[in-house]
Amino acid sequence: MRFGILVFPGSNCDHDCYHVLKHLLGQPAEFIWHKETDLRGVDAVVIPGGFSYGDYLRTGAIAQYSPVMKTVRDFATAGGPVLGICNGFQILLEAGLLPGAMLRNRSLKFICKEVFVRVETDQTPFTASVQPGRILKLPIAHAEGNYYADPETLRELKENHQVVFRYCESDGRISDEANPNGSRDSIAGICNRTRNVLGMMPHPERCAEGFDGNTDGRSIFQSILEQHAVKR
Amino acid sequence: MKAKVYVTLKSGILDPQGKAVQQSLHHLGYTSVKDVRLGKYIEMELSPMPAEEAKRQVAEMCRKLLANTVIEDFRFEVEG
Repeated sequence: MRFGILVFPGSNCDHDCYHVLKHLLGQPAEFIWHKETDLRGVDAVVIPGGFSYGDYLRTGAIAQYSPVMKTVRDFATAGGPVLGICNGFQILLEAGLLPGAMLRNRSLKFICKEVFVRVETDQTPFTASVQPGRILKLPIAHAEGNYYADPETLRELKENHQVVFRYCESDGRISDEANPNGSRDSIAGICNRTRNVLGMMPHPERCAEGFDGNTDGRSIFQSILEQHAVKR
Repeated sequence: MKAKVYVTLKSGILDPQGKAVQQSLHHLGYTSVKDVRLGKYIEMELSPMPAEEAKRQVAEMCRKLLANTVIEDFRFEVEG
């Protein structure tokens, strides 16, 4: 399965994603510069974390109009899997590929720590191999991860089971204390209506290798691979 | 000609920066401050064009890029 990893000026998790896909999972992976308009026939697109365009104006605001995003939009509309991590999630929101927006963390602080998230659905290519209800320990590192959507949008997200990850306690309980940034409904990740576009604030690529004993992030990439194999 | 754009968080959306500034003002003794909302001010120099056309263009810029209308409101003035 061929992966394309977008690179914007200011992306800084692109190489981590590349490492996981290429060296841990043994898949062909390539970088795609934001000025390119051809995805070179990749099977999945990863929009990595970082600070595209220095987070100027708003996180992801300028990146949404990079030339490559028009092609990504067409790719997503055609059903291609798109995974946006952290800044990638912010870009997907700005681009309107996912509903809602990001606000500053309620603490106003940049938060870099491990959190627990509960997998809410296995009905996405990114979580298909993960048991719903499973708790993953994943790192977050962001200042704008406070997910906001109006009540109507939140209702739709819930009704259509588009909430994929929620911040939780280590036992899976949802609580305000376990919500690191003030996100509505403790939302850590959502997918679109057609379930092929996922945005998540935690960084699965940072805990896929197990050098610190944690490989929880690997299940996300593994799911994409297994789903692709099933489809073929 | 010049366009002045003001972007603010929608009312009802918590503005933690505004809250922090409000608390600081209270510490300084300005207890009359009931609420603070922070926003962005954007100034643009435009090529000369009819005012109506300038307003149309600036509104479009706001909707497309300068403001995120999910969380922000905008208003603007066109001068000159």
